[in-house]
Amino acid sequence: MDLFGSYALLLAFALAIYAIAGGIAAVLTRRPLLIKSARNAGFAVCALIWLAFGSLVYLFFTDNFAMAYVAEHSNRNLPNLYKFSALWSGQQGSLLFWSFLLSIYVFSALFAYRGKHPELMPYVGVVLASVQLFFLTLNNFVASPFQVLALPGAGGVLHLASQADGHGLNPLLQYPEMVIHPPVLYSGYTGFTIPFAFAMAALIGRYPGEKWIHLTRKWTMIAWCFQSAGILLGAHWAYAVLGWGGYWAWDPVENASLMPWLTGTAFLHSVMMQEKRGMMRVWNVWLVFTTFLLVIFGTFLTRSGVVSSVHAFAQSSIGTWFVGFLIVAISACLIAFLKNRDYLRSDNQLDSMISRESSFLFNNLILLVACVAVLSGTLFPVLSEAVRGTKISVGPPFFNRVNIPIAMFLLFLTGVGPLLAWRKTSVESLRRNFGWPLLAGVVAAIVAVALGLREFYVTLCLLLSAFVTFTVVSEFYRGARVISARTGSNLFSSAAQLTMRNTRRYGGYVIHFGMVLVFIGISGTAFNQDKQMEMSAGSAMAIGPYTLHLQNFDSDQQPNYSSERATIDVDKGGKSVMMLYPQRRFYPSNEESGTMVAISSTLKEDLYVVYAGRSPDSNLPVIHAYLNPLVKWIWLGGLVVVLGTILALLPNRQAVMVMSQATEGSPAFGGGGTQPARAPISARSRLPKDNL
Amino acid sequence: MKSKAKFGIGAGIIVGTLSCLAYVGAQQSKTYYHTISEIPTLSGASLHQRLRVAGDVKAGSIQHLSGHVDFVLMEQGKGLRVSYVGTDPLPDTFKDGAQCLVEGKVTPDGRFVAETLQAKCASKYEAAPGQAQPAAPAAYSADPKSKS
Repeated sequence: MDLFGSYALLLAFALAIYAIAGGIAAVLTRRPLLIKSARNAGFAVCALIWLAFGSLVYLFFTDNFAMAYVAEHSNRNLPNLYKFSALWSGQQGSLLFWSFLLSIYVFSALFAYRGKHPELMPYVGVVLASVQLFFLTLNNFVASPFQVLALPGAGGVLHLASQADGHGLNPLLQYPEMVIHPPVLYSGYTGFTIPFAFAMAALIGRYPGEKWIHLTRKWTMIAWCFQSAGILLGAHWAYAVLGWGGYWAWDPVENASLMPWLTGTAFLHSVMMQEKRGMMRVWNVWLVFTTFLLVIFGTFLTRSGVVSSVHAFAQSSIGTWFVGFLIVAISACLIAFLKNRDYLRSDNQLDSMISRESSFLFNNLILLVACVAVLSGTLFPVLSEAVRGTKISVGPPFFNRVNIPIAMFLLFLTGVGPLLAWRKTSVESLRRNFGWPLLAGVVAAIVAVALGLREFYVTLCLLLSAFVTFTVVSEFYRGARVISARTGSNLFSSAAQLTMRNTRRYGGYVIHFGMVLVFIGISGTAFNQDKQMEMSAGSAMAIGPYTLHLQNFDSDQQPNYSSERATIDVDKGGKSVMMLYPQRRFYPSNEESGTMVAISSTLKEDLYVVYAGRSPDSNLPVIHAYLNPLVKWIWLGGLVVVLGTILALLPNRQAVMVMSQATEGSPAFGGGGTQPARAPISARSRLPKDNL
Repeated sequence: MKSKAKFGIGAGIIVGTLSCLAYVGAQQSKTYYHTISEIPTLSGASLHQRLRVAGDVKAGSIQHLSGHVDFVLMEQGKGLRVSYVGTDPLPDTFKDGAQCLVEGKVTPDGRFVAETLQAKCASKYEAAPGQAQPAAPAAYSADPKSKS
């Protein structure tokens, strides 16, 4: 069993080479049998990777400490749940996990379009297999998780060795969220490979029309949804586990996950210009390319030790491989583009500054500037060393100064964009569409300032948030009113009907609203407070409206760790409101300790209490309390974003009978509707698959 | 064409403004990386910059004093006296031999006053390339060839 995975990976590697070579031959000869054979090789590669991954899971669950990777990342007392997180807690395992998730996407894409689009799919298969080949090379020859332990014996002969117990999992990773955060984020990362492969295939194959855009839309949205959720789960993990009171530190690893998200978000918006108006073809292809390259770059950044980071993997020589692959990938993108750029000519030009098109252009510009800023900030030490010979790093003030105004501008566009008409918007319609939402925003800001709000950005954020929320609500209201008038049903069920008829558009609005919640949550940071104190039983600390009374300390022994716990009685206005139990844990298997933060979270604020350690002077426990307003809004916003994306992925439904009238002429469907007008058809029929 | 030019101007203004903000932000928060051996050679303005220095904590050098913790950071045989004056408790990973990263400023007497400190247990999880794990059997490839 030890070697099973190793063999499977080797076979997958060989078959991936066949899938590429056979695929290229299939493209050149167009022989159906060869096309089929290359595709089947693609399936087999995926199946073999699953087997290899399954065998690693088996090794972990059977505590096989003869395997180096298992011995280093697990131990007997590790709870089963965390054996999963141990799987991807190290370099080798996480790279195999990458291959595993990618193979699920590849299999789904090859399977979903088997026998369809014969002009396009062979190219797609080649691109996908090439990406897989790179990761399989790493899995097989550079960072294999299937290495056995050995000890040199007499005469230099190696003997297989085994350990009685493993080194254990880093305590920071022994937290439920660490079981789901990496899979979710990696699903985002790997998912962007699919749109990349289709874009590349369409470009090389000069596939006519915007078909590849339609085909990849849902794949991009799935990847984007995972990426968004993954980033937020990571932020939540940092918040709940690392115990520094914050959720985002502009750490290189965080930045690595944010960059492809930014370009992916830009892509999701700018494809609409290509679909509707045949514009931005070059731009879109490059956005997909860039997103994929940033995914590989991010994976590289976390593993190469190029920039130091708290949670990066240790330095290793694997970076060279990634640099090599990046160079190959960039060259492939450039060559494919230069050879086929005439294929990407635009049908239309920008007509007016006040139009849907220009709002998308600004949205894209801003997202890209944000991405460049994050990238240059992350690579500042490397860049400054190359240019000036001294290594200089920049901290959060750099990132915040650039990205806060960008976030505000994006929020503004989120409100404005959907209400602008394609091509050109008249002043009259501007006034009609924006009058009330803008008034709502201004009123909200005035009320806030009157109540004592003095922070510029927070006030602006509030104004824009009210503005966007109002525009979103009014979009639903206007559409629902039309349906309600036609069908006589109430506004709520009309709004639901409206959403189901054009899920993409209304799901998009839900996502926008989710982002508003996230931004409101982030703006709360401006009012964070914290206080640190050495405390003994009986002492008290006041923070905001709360007073923390330390009652006692106790300790606890678990199989996997021992812990010390403080019992804190929290009172507010003289009344005891809750008990909090911040903990420190000590993990004997790797001689590390971790902190369990006690968080009491409400919509208004989080009371976040950390048992920070013992004071070096007095040996008294140090309690660090934070009062962080509005943090919960971020997680709620993330949930809304995910729900909105799921909504947008649902196929459109058409209501009984009224459909044919409602799609034409009604204002609610005029602007961003993607639904082509169709002849009346039977109830609840679906659009053709390709269009979703 | 006119719209394109207008968009160009708008884009220029946005990018220009953001670049200025980025410059200000970078000036405000930049930290210079230096090795321990470089510190005595610093002079003039670079002495007043915020510095970031990495090294290993010298065994037995940690002294807990009131208000600060003193220790010696070693790198390639050279030492640097560090006083940690930060308010956060020291991380548990901070002990003899740990890899440590400090940020702060140099005082005229050559002592490094650190406001922040990060520490990582030496070779706990993954060894640097070319370094075997101490006290643990080294890993060799389970390449199917080597066993048969």
